[in-house]
Amino acid sequence: MKYLLLKHYRGGPERVVDYAPMDRWTPEEVDAHVQYMVDLANRLQESGEFVNGQALQPGGSFVRYDGEGKPPVTDGPFAETKDLIAGWMMIDVDSWERAVEVAGELSASPGPGGKPLHEWLEVRPVLSDFGPSTG
Amino acid sequence: MAERTGVVDEALLRELVPTVIAVLVRRGADFASAEDAVQEALIRALGTWPDDPPRDPKAWLVTAAWHRFLDAARSEASRRGREAAVDAEPPAGPVAGTDDTLRLYFLCANPVLPAAAAVALTLRAVGGLTTRQIAAAYLVPEATMAQRISRAKRRLAGLPLDRPGDLGTVLRVLYLVFNEGYSGDVDLAAEAIRLTRQLAALAAEPEVAGLLALMLLHHARRASRTGPGGRLVPLAEQDRSRWDTGLIAEGVAVLQAALATDRLGEYQAQAAIAALHADSPSAAETDWVQIVEWYDELLRLTGDNPVVRLNRAVAVGEADGARAGLAALGGLDAGLPRFKAVQAYLHERAGDRGLAAELYAAAAQEATSVPERDHLTREAARVRQG
Repeated sequence: MKYLLLKHYRGGPERVVDYAPMDRWTPEEVDAHVQYMVDLANRLQESGEFVNGQALQPGGSFVRYDGEGKPPVTDGPFAETKDLIAGWMMIDVDSWERAVEVAGELSASPGPGGKPLHEWLEVRPVLSDFGPSTG
Repeated sequence: MAERTGVVDEALLRELVPTVIAVLVRRGADFASAEDAVQEALIRALGTWPDDPPRDPKAWLVTAAWHRFLDAARSEASRRGREAAVDAEPPAGPVAGTDDTLRLYFLCANPVLPAAAAVALTLRAVGGLTTRQIAAAYLVPEATMAQRISRAKRRLAGLPLDRPGDLGTVLRVLYLVFNEGYSGDVDLAAEAIRLTRQLAALAAEPEVAGLLALMLLHHARRASRTGPGGRLVPLAEQDRSRWDTGLIAEGVAVLQAALATDRLGEYQAQAAIAALHADSPSAAETDWVQIVEWYDELLRLTGDNPVVRLNRAVAVGEADGARAGLAALGGLDAGLPRFKAVQAYLHERAGDRGLAAELYAAAAQEATSVPERDHLTREAARVRQG
């Protein structure tokens, strides 16, 4: 079963640890944080559970259809939007409990002073593309 | 055997894989190394056979795999700075027999393995699929699938290949393969049927036959189960003229032979229910009374399994009316998968359309696949429209 672990720049429950934005960390702290993510992805690859992971730029825009023959309308970016997705990691694991366990590890990524960030991650089950083979 | 058509007879190649693994194991290779060597030989065969088909495909595979195994063993030995302990000349061991393939089923579906790992290993070592094909079928990267398989093999290291296994686990693994939708170029439902058919030939167990019958009877309805755009078509609305009568006849025959042994099990009982649907010329003529009886039998066999009770409630609703069906849901946990969908269906039949629509919508929120979610959403919309 596949699960998406969503990382948010903003949004979700209140932060447990208050920390400065990454650009105010020391270069070593940034490196340690990035390395932790790479190591975790490698471990999940080795356990046969990694599907993919991507990070997103904070910029971008909302886009919508505006009628026949008209160009799509764009709106944004919104600097103050409440919820902003930073990226994701997709895993393929045997149970919801295992997905929560992996998310817990991801949330322990180190921040300033090498201390775990305790950041909230959103875990969402992925719908299978396929219906049942029975019925 | 092989023809100079430029196309590899992949089915033949895949059938040879478990036998060739067994040959290597009998020559003294450990299972994990033998399996790796055969996989590499298989990939080479897929590449070279189109231009240069072997006269004896099995002998070719055995030789190629044995050489791969020796190379790997030598480089491992030199890595450790020791002499290669393996001899280039294979010992004249006994010829691999059908029992070897049976043992591979048991080993790959060993209960110590997580389900996803057992599935992957079975598909590779017994099914003869490449890691790339398995990865594509399960929509994960090839590297991830390769790791899942080697991890499973490490977990099995040291386990004897000749120990009697757990047939129940093997059947569960095969049923998991059957129930998985597929992408890529491998039809997993058809592959599950092939492997179960092969197992039925190796082990004369009524439950193996029961599972084979169950798969055949469900597979017979496959073409009618989806409409345009992958839309899910429920059993009652399926175009029965599109059911595969050949598969149904085979499924029924396999089931009857199994039932005649008088050793009833879960898969036979489920197949009996599928056969009653297959037998019925229309949804309206379905023998629901007999289906309820089979569900009673299944309840007994499974020790009152809640999923069985849920499905039984649908049958009771058809046999004795929707109110009776709703009563049959009593005591079941509302969090059970598909509980709300069944409730919705029964409430609609009982005439409570408002409640049915709400329940269909709630069931759609809990669906685990896109086709199911879309189907339930459509049902909610249909009921709301009146």
